[in-house]
Amino acid sequence: MIYAQIDLNWQQHDTWIVVIGILCAVSSALLGNFLVLRRMSMLGDAVTHAVLPGIAAAFLISHSRSSLPMFFGAVIVGVLTALFTEWIRRVGRVDEGASMGVVFTSLFALGLVMLVQASDHVDLDPDCVLYGAIESAAIDEVEIFGRVLPPAALILGVVTIVNALFVVLCFKELKISSFDPALATTMGFSARLMHYLLMVLVSITAVASFESVGSVLVVAMFVVPAAASYMLTDRLAWMIVLSVFIAAASAILGHGSAIVVPRWFGFESTTTASMMAVSAGGLFFLAALFGPKHGVLVKWVRRQFLSFRILCDDIVALLYRCEERETGSPSKAELADNLFASSWTLWAALATLRRRGEIAVDGAVSGAVDGAVDGAVSGDFHLTGRGRDRARQLVRSHRLWEQYLVVETSTETDRIHDKAERFEHFTDRPLRDRLDRVTDAPDTDPHGRPIPSEKS
Amino acid sequence: MNKQTSSQLGDALASSESTSSAPGLSTDPLCPLSVYDLTVAYHRKPVIWDVGFDLPAGQLIGVVGPNGAGKSTLLKAIMDLIPRASGRVRVFGDTYAHNRKRVGYVPQRESVDWQFPVSALDVVTMGLYDDIGWFFPVRKKHRARALEALDRVGIADLANRQISQLSGGQQQRTFLARALVQDADLYLMDEPFAAVDAATERAIVEILRDLKKREKTAVVIHHDLQTVPEYFDHVILLNMRVVSHGPVSETFTSENLQKTYGGRLTLLDEVTEAMRRREQAL
Repeated sequence: MIYAQIDLNWQQHDTWIVVIGILCAVSSALLGNFLVLRRMSMLGDAVTHAVLPGIAAAFLISHSRSSLPMFFGAVIVGVLTALFTEWIRRVGRVDEGASMGVVFTSLFALGLVMLVQASDHVDLDPDCVLYGAIESAAIDEVEIFGRVLPPAALILGVVTIVNALFVVLCFKELKISSFDPALATTMGFSARLMHYLLMVLVSITAVASFESVGSVLVVAMFVVPAAASYMLTDRLAWMIVLSVFIAAASAILGHGSAIVVPRWFGFESTTTASMMAVSAGGLFFLAALFGPKHGVLVKWVRRQFLSFRILCDDIVALLYRCEERETGSPSKAELADNLFASSWTLWAALATLRRRGEIAVDGAVSGAVDGAVDGAVSGDFHLTGRGRDRARQLVRSHRLWEQYLVVETSTETDRIHDKAERFEHFTDRPLRDRLDRVTDAPDTDPHGRPIPSEKS
Repeated sequence: MNKQTSSQLGDALASSESTSSAPGLSTDPLCPLSVYDLTVAYHRKPVIWDVGFDLPAGQLIGVVGPNGAGKSTLLKAIMDLIPRASGRVRVFGDTYAHNRKRVGYVPQRESVDWQFPVSALDVVTMGLYDDIGWFFPVRKKHRARALEALDRVGIADLANRQISQLSGGQQQRTFLARALVQDADLYLMDEPFAAVDAATERAIVEILRDLKKREKTAVVIHHDLQTVPEYFDHVILLNMRVVSHGPVSETFTSENLQKTYGGRLTLLDEVTEAMRRREQAL
């Protein structure tokens, strides 16, 4: 009976932690997109640190932990940070990073000093300001419209709605002033106004979040989900939508792992706030790895495919040139030497070409023999009709390019081969026809070798 | 103290050196751009000084001068993007703020982040944001107009491509399309010909001529002196001050070019140098 009750209480508490975490992460991520795109991630960092003296001043003046004075104090200082940074940059003639460093460290230090003073008078723990206390924030209760809920959830809920409205209503204004501030200003959307509006909301969000996740971790919430979704898409609207999902996911994952992961190692559960930041970092890592456009893995796979295709091209072109010189087909070892290919990739390329019916092995019907690509016997491979067509087109592209480079761009003859070698893999029929026309349909390349015709 | 010194020096210079190049401010609504006594300074160091001219309507006007001559600064000061130390600007006989919708701006290509997650069509649509107004969303008809403008610059097929996937020339065309869709009467273009391929250069020239045919005025910052007589009707030679301005046939002379580009140390440089020495001595 008692167990059941504890269990139920624990469940509800748990839900509130997750709700607060999600609201905190989502409200920050909404604005974070624009901080990341404006290369202002550090300014978000600066503002979230610098609001500290505003909060402390509010404590000292009002002698309470009530939220309203805190909000005003923090917003004023947050906007002052943006103003000071701009001012020091202009007067001191230093870059933005340096002036930010000056502003936010001094304000942060001032805030800490004031907080220590304030904590003598008000029940306030400086640690909580830095690291947050989402667990205790979820225990507090306030009654509104007959429902009991934690005040942090209420405040963050309002902030999330405000931020969402701002991003939706001012979507196009934020887009143009982030992309091209000068043009935005000439069109009546003052880039400076948008900048300070953003700063006001960043300050408000930072204050609303700091109780839950602390002033340090809120930076992760501003920057990491947005940076992760930047990896996944190249449309602004999608970037914002994805960042919201990533933010929510890191809150859920964060709380889940805060309970579960430490137990694997036999510890008590750890703080949700730090695990939220860790989860967001993990999601960013996944996005950086598997992102469809900018992902490291996808880029690697694409590169491998391309170099494999180029290797196949090179093999048929080499066989074609051997036929041309009537030197007989090369062995596999000769191929490997000529094309700088490892034996495994060469094997794979030869197998692919045989399957496509572009090359054949002596004494075998093309593509019918498995595992016969040993290359033990010299003169193993020869082109089929289809392979010869592809090879002829490649060689034709190569030699036309050489001719073009010499005639049209007066490149020196000893430097044209490498360029033509690269271009030939990316030259299709229409481009080849244009090359042919531009170079007056030559019969031979600059080295005097015949340029094969399009069709045999 | 220092401010006073510099303004006194400025007056002295203006009275001794400025001749016919400082006309009065034109309030003629047909005059697309009239600039009078425009001075802009960064950290008290003048970037442009006492610049003045009236531009004829319906002409292609080149702005030419060495690096650091203040060409971009001039355009930005005209559009109130940077503060002026002194001077007045009239656009079609009124202030810029009043007539801003009649002015289209093409910034330098390097001035924006081309990794930004938007498509070419999105960028062109930005030219219509002023018409759409605060808080209203972009609608289908706006996108259709933007697509039309992309078609005019010859890259309608690239409309949905992310802008980092465009070549330099295609990016420049996108910027031009964005200005065209604004349907302005006066265009201010900051080096549209910088680092573009030959085909794009021809396309831009075509667009400029088309603008002229429709009686628009374009002020274009230009670097390649050889093509000035071919592309422009009117030229402003700028090196901190207006060295000369007028029809290309009269103004674009080797003597004027010598004055603009040659003899790096102008009188102004000497004065600035003297002021600096005196400041340090104090």
